[in-house]
Amino acid sequence: MISVIPEIGHLALLLCLPIATALAVLPMAGAAASWHLLQRSGPLLSSGLWLFLAVAFACLTYSFLHDDFSVVLVAQHSNTALPSYYKFSAVWGNHEGSLLLWVFILASWTLAVAYLGKSLPPDMHARVLAVLGGIAVGFLLFIIFTSNPFERNLISPPLEGNDLNPLLQDIGLILHPPLLYIGYVGFAVAFAFAIAALIGGKLDAAWARWTRPWTTVAWLFLTVGIALGSWWAYYELGWGGWWFWDPVENASFMPWLAGTALIHSLAATEKRGVFRSWTVLLAILAFSLSLLGTFLVRSGILVSVHAFASDPTRGMFILLFLAVTVGGSLLLYALRAPTIKPLATFKLLSRESWLLINNSLLAVSLAVVLIGTLFPLVMSALDLGSYSVGPPYFNKLFLPLMVLLMLFMGVAPYLNWKHNRLTPVLVRPWYMVSIVALGIAMLAVALLSQRYVTQWRFGAFITVALSSWLLLMTLTHAGLKARRFASAKNSSAWQGLASLSRSYWGMVVAHSGIAVMALGIGLTSSYSVQKELAMSPGAVADVAGYRFVLEKLEDVKGPNYSATIASFGVGRLSDGTLVKGLPIRLQPEKRFYYAAKNVMTEAGIHGRLTRDLYVSLGDSLEDERWAVRIYVKPFIRCIWLGALMMAAGGLLVVIDKRYMPRLPVRTDAPSDTVASKEQAVV
Amino acid sequence: MNARLRLFIPLLIFAVVALVFLTLEKRIGSGEYDPSNLPSAMLGQSVPAFNLSRLMDAEQVVDAEDIVGQAALLNVWATWCIACRAEHAYLNELASQGVPIFGLNYKDERAAAVQWLQRLGNPYRLNIFDFKGSLGLDLGVYGAPETYVIDAQGIIRYRHVGILDAKVWREKIEPLGLQWAVAQAQGAAL
Repeated sequence: MISVIPEIGHLALLLCLPIATALAVLPMAGAAASWHLLQRSGPLLSSGLWLFLAVAFACLTYSFLHDDFSVVLVAQHSNTALPSYYKFSAVWGNHEGSLLLWVFILASWTLAVAYLGKSLPPDMHARVLAVLGGIAVGFLLFIIFTSNPFERNLISPPLEGNDLNPLLQDIGLILHPPLLYIGYVGFAVAFAFAIAALIGGKLDAAWARWTRPWTTVAWLFLTVGIALGSWWAYYELGWGGWWFWDPVENASFMPWLAGTALIHSLAATEKRGVFRSWTVLLAILAFSLSLLGTFLVRSGILVSVHAFASDPTRGMFILLFLAVTVGGSLLLYALRAPTIKPLATFKLLSRESWLLINNSLLAVSLAVVLIGTLFPLVMSALDLGSYSVGPPYFNKLFLPLMVLLMLFMGVAPYLNWKHNRLTPVLVRPWYMVSIVALGIAMLAVALLSQRYVTQWRFGAFITVALSSWLLLMTLTHAGLKARRFASAKNSSAWQGLASLSRSYWGMVVAHSGIAVMALGIGLTSSYSVQKELAMSPGAVADVAGYRFVLEKLEDVKGPNYSATIASFGVGRLSDGTLVKGLPIRLQPEKRFYYAAKNVMTEAGIHGRLTRDLYVSLGDSLEDERWAVRIYVKPFIRCIWLGALMMAAGGLLVVIDKRYMPRLPVRTDAPSDTVASKEQAVV
Repeated sequence: MNARLRLFIPLLIFAVVALVFLTLEKRIGSGEYDPSNLPSAMLGQSVPAFNLSRLMDAEQVVDAEDIVGQAALLNVWATWCIACRAEHAYLNELASQGVPIFGLNYKDERAAAVQWLQRLGNPYRLNIFDFKGSLGLDLGVYGAPETYVIDAQGIIRYRHVGILDAKVWREKIEPLGLQWAVAQAQGAAL
């Protein structure tokens, strides 16, 4: 029985093209000519686009879930023995399907802007939707003409599929691409706002206020997506690494850096009307980098575990799309960005200055990563030799920039807009925090060096000092601000804390997240212990105060693989003897996937905030002996905890009453040192 | 610089970057550049000297002279290499069509390797048992499977990393224009 479902999906996909084209053209024309009917066609067209894409996506999903191997994509990337939840994620575990997901997420964002943005001025609303429609047109053309997921093999459909790449058969990869895409694609909204503003000629504080919540939501999803990717690499690849400066990782990190600069620049533009050109450029840049990432991964110029098996013709298409979108928007920027300086001025010691420094540091970091990523490609293009740029380059340049950033971040909340004076009242908390931070660092490094039996680690000292300094500076400011409010209103300290706005707490949590993440990175780099040895059942290894005993090996069969599982018992040692037996169990595996004939490693991890115990199997040696890698990684979970804190901070900012786009347009707020629930919403 | 002109800088940078990508894509399209092609320091060099035992007979010693003299493949393989199993059928096919294939059994166990060949077929004219990986080191072997194409003068002409299949033969090895002895005379489709 030949299923007609894929054909319905295909038809729905084809119908998206005229709808998206209409969306790209009509509202824009309506805004230009002030034809209200056309101008307001945006939401209806957006709904249509979303609906048909939903149908297309649903049909593809149906085909995967029902093992319809007459669909070429399903035959290439799925298998009857594949568990259902992986069949579901197999939909986007390939080039064509992931593009369909991309454009579906774009349609979802567009729908959200269409209905949640009704309070925007109609011409801006129309233009934003039109730009989003234009981007959809580009992607739809790409999908329909070069990467159609609904291609069918009706002549001789195979009876069994190839199976999903075993690397992708994991929950991390069920969540990682969708979350990442929601972030990437979300920057298209900021991009659309930027283009709309450049076309319409109105680039002001109000524009920044409208753009900000959309950008923040996209940014927080991207943060979670990248963190998830890092976490996945850590436990799946079996080497205990969590970031490799891989070109594709960089391709997701660059939009993040631009996005972080953007959300801060938007704050300055919203509050003070400054940095308008910067902000617009950053909005264009963030999405351009997202598109660049898409290009790098699918064009065939990169070889990486991340790269889709793609080819140059697709690469050329994306390049053309890039030229039109990025080139066009940068041209528009060059022609229409404001050159007249705003009336608001500011002194060197001011929040504006600090945000400018922030922008600059992030821009330089972005340039560092961009150059490092593109350099090997440029050299190959010009036939100047084969180069590879790796972690040493990135770490050497990136880390000092981050150190600088953290120093400025700590001071920033204390500065008012426009102008500050270095009074003792301002500066005294900084001295005290610095002293406390240094004390904490000395204590921490002394304890850790004793625990992990190493010499004094200066790098760790700097990291702990810097992280605790940043954390304490941020929290102290929150405390001071609450106290000031409480004494002004004669209420208790708790009430003072409670009255601080959500967006302020968002800043506190996000900046603390950076401190926590830096702590994790520094400590794990300085104190990680690793041992590689051959073990057979009964073997014992003592690593960093833990005893690892390989108790047994067993062979098991999974749904679509066969595996050897090694059972380890682990216990804490004290003076060379076990304290409480072997209470911790670790079960690393080595899996052989039948269909793809791939060997995968599953690490056994026991995680605590203070340390991870990590065991993975290497190669099988003869006679039940295996090469085993044992790692003890202190505070590595702080890295992802920090990332989650940043995302949580972003969430807090978005749910702040001031930025919810549904609320009526408000006039510019006075300086936000007096945040209060009682502030009237005009 | 004029404030307006400064704003054109990002566009300019983008234009340069786009040009780089365009060049790259064109070069990949024309086949001049293959990102997955790992260069070999040994290209254009003769097969390095070595003195190792044969896989099948530990007493017999082989050296470079034994594998040089005609266009041949030197295939690096091992029983611990899962992908080698996938490639093996094609090697059997090539051998049956007269292509000389020499094996470099890399960091493997003799007994397991012999058993493997007995079970899966032996396409190799001769198998070098490189337990320590010393010849592999001299050749610049990353891992298995890898195949070196050697011409009649003993010069390494091409190095393929990964599974050898018909596509690789057609696209990478055939264009080298070497005389493959028996196969070409028969006009066999490889």
